[in-house]
Amino acid sequence: MADPTETFDVRRQAGFPTVAVVCFFLLYLPIAALVVFSFNDGTSIATWEGLSLRWFAEAWNNDKVVEASIRSVQIAACAALIATVVATMAALATTRTRNYRGLDAKYAFINMPLMVPEIVVAVALLIFFSRIKMATGYSGLGYLVAAHTAFCIPFAYLPIRARLESMDLSLETAAADLYATPLRAFRRVTLPLLWPGILAGLMLAFVISLDDVVITEFVKSGGQDTLPTYMLGQLRRVVTPEMNAISTVFLLLSIAIVTAFFFISRKKD
Amino acid sequence: MTDRIHKSAIEVRDVSKVFGAGDSAFKALDHVSVDIRENEFFTLLGPSGCGKTTLLRMIAGFTYPTDGEIRLYGQNIAALPPFKRPVNTVFQNYALFPHMTVGENIAFGLEMLDRPKAEISARVEEMLALVKMGHLKDRKTAQISGGQQQRVALARALAPQPKVLLLDEPLSALDYKLRKDMQIELKRLQTETGITFIFVTHDQEEALTMSDRIAVMSAGKILQIGGPRDIYDRPAERFVAEFIGETNFLKADVATVADGKADVVLPGGTRVCARLAEGFVPHGKVTVVTRPEHAAIVANPDGAHLRGKLSSVVYVGTDTHFRVALESGESFCVRRQNSLEQGAAFAEGDMVGVVLETGAAQVLKD
Repeated sequence: MADPTETFDVRRQAGFPTVAVVCFFLLYLPIAALVVFSFNDGTSIATWEGLSLRWFAEAWNNDKVVEASIRSVQIAACAALIATVVATMAALATTRTRNYRGLDAKYAFINMPLMVPEIVVAVALLIFFSRIKMATGYSGLGYLVAAHTAFCIPFAYLPIRARLESMDLSLETAAADLYATPLRAFRRVTLPLLWPGILAGLMLAFVISLDDVVITEFVKSGGQDTLPTYMLGQLRRVVTPEMNAISTVFLLLSIAIVTAFFFISRKKD
Repeated sequence: MTDRIHKSAIEVRDVSKVFGAGDSAFKALDHVSVDIRENEFFTLLGPSGCGKTTLLRMIAGFTYPTDGEIRLYGQNIAALPPFKRPVNTVFQNYALFPHMTVGENIAFGLEMLDRPKAEISARVEEMLALVKMGHLKDRKTAQISGGQQQRVALARALAPQPKVLLLDEPLSALDYKLRKDMQIELKRLQTETGITFIFVTHDQEEALTMSDRIAVMSAGKILQIGGPRDIYDRPAERFVAEFIGETNFLKADVATVADGKADVVLPGGTRVCARLAEGFVPHGKVTVVTRPEHAAIVANPDGAHLRGKLSSVVYVGTDTHFRVALESGESFCVRRQNSLEQGAAFAEGDMVGVVLETGAAQVLKD
């Protein structure tokens, strides 16, 4: 008999361990398989033919992969940086104020890219940018950076706003009371305390930009493949473990970023 | 009044504050005027929502008056931002900067004033010594106790040598023992630094213990300003009498008024000389208040001011509380300090008399 004084605990329910194990298994099995087959010596992504780093070397020597990777990182870095600056300003403006009519509407407006289907934005941008391209003749990476910045803003905004909301407003009041002008109060008090939130926003925006396919596919001009759109293009042809190798590197990079952030933010607190 | 001329540190002139507009407008302060003297420990006392914190925030510059003037040594500062006012605040939650050490917190105000480095470090040491926190200079503020944070908040606010120090219920987060210690500590700091303190609290005991003068506030108005004794012994209005300490209210009729005193007829017909607030001339039916410790129980009702039946006798250690059901139907409480030599013993149901001390009765304005 269970002790009646014990509160409900999901971990003690019948079948809980089984369900948990099955769920984790289903979540991570495909990823594990992908990683394993990136070390496959053969050309198949389904039959094991021995251990090798062949496909990593192949990807490394593939100019198109390298080019697309560099482009991805460039776009992600620019977009994440701009988006974080914009998101920080937006977060300050929406939290460092008394609640007023229309504030909720502003939240919704800032977070719109999370709600609007990506494909709609993609098509809209395709039409919009093609007009500008025709008018200006410019067809560089600027369009991709602008598009990525736009959808990265809410991702950068959310952690920064969360951090600001948990921050005591009276700290800024205290700084002002101690003769700090608004700018100095921001530099000496708000910014140092906000820093972990800003870093989280930056990393999140970076990863989201790096990962994007739909909008990039519609907006990019010829020869502007990012790593994900390049991979998508390759999948239409022969699929070799080179894709697995690239994905594995991608995965490691993401884990590295998240881990780095975890340690940075822990130290800051 | 005394013939000494007091210099005003803060003059609040006819200040009003309205939050919101239209039907939802809320008048937090209603034409408040008060002079706070240089070097005094001045307390704004009142229940929550009475406007005391709004007034303090206005002096600090965190909120601006809708109407009226606030003068700091003669200069109208009502429109100045907080960082331009030589006034510092000790916040209720201390608001210490969590990313700085104790020393850095104390140095902050001086740094913002662009004082030379040597002066800052000397002043920080001085402040640390003043609040007895020298050994914790390099700790982060999260690593020290609530009482220690309180001291750091005080040191931080005192370091730039403000003209006026504002304290917003700074003791409310401390436990009883620590609060008692800090009351004495605050008074010591005020005396040692010679800085004008404006202290906000809802705790009447705190106010009576520390203050030179107290302003009792209710519903956006200052009801009475005076020393602790004036406020306690001579409450001018019902709210003040009720808010501070325990009081007996008696209905009475004014017979004659002369020299700031009134002869009133108490229920039961006896006459007593009652005191009046300055410049107040009562007539007709009034309410008279008397503190329970300013009256005594006597066995013989003849010649006493009031008569009645003892309805309860409660021993509470230091005192004994008697409750007398008066013949007029009112109830009257008498407090007697206990000593080893017990006075006359009374039991519930005894017919007793109540004798008021001279000057114990005070006529209320309302």
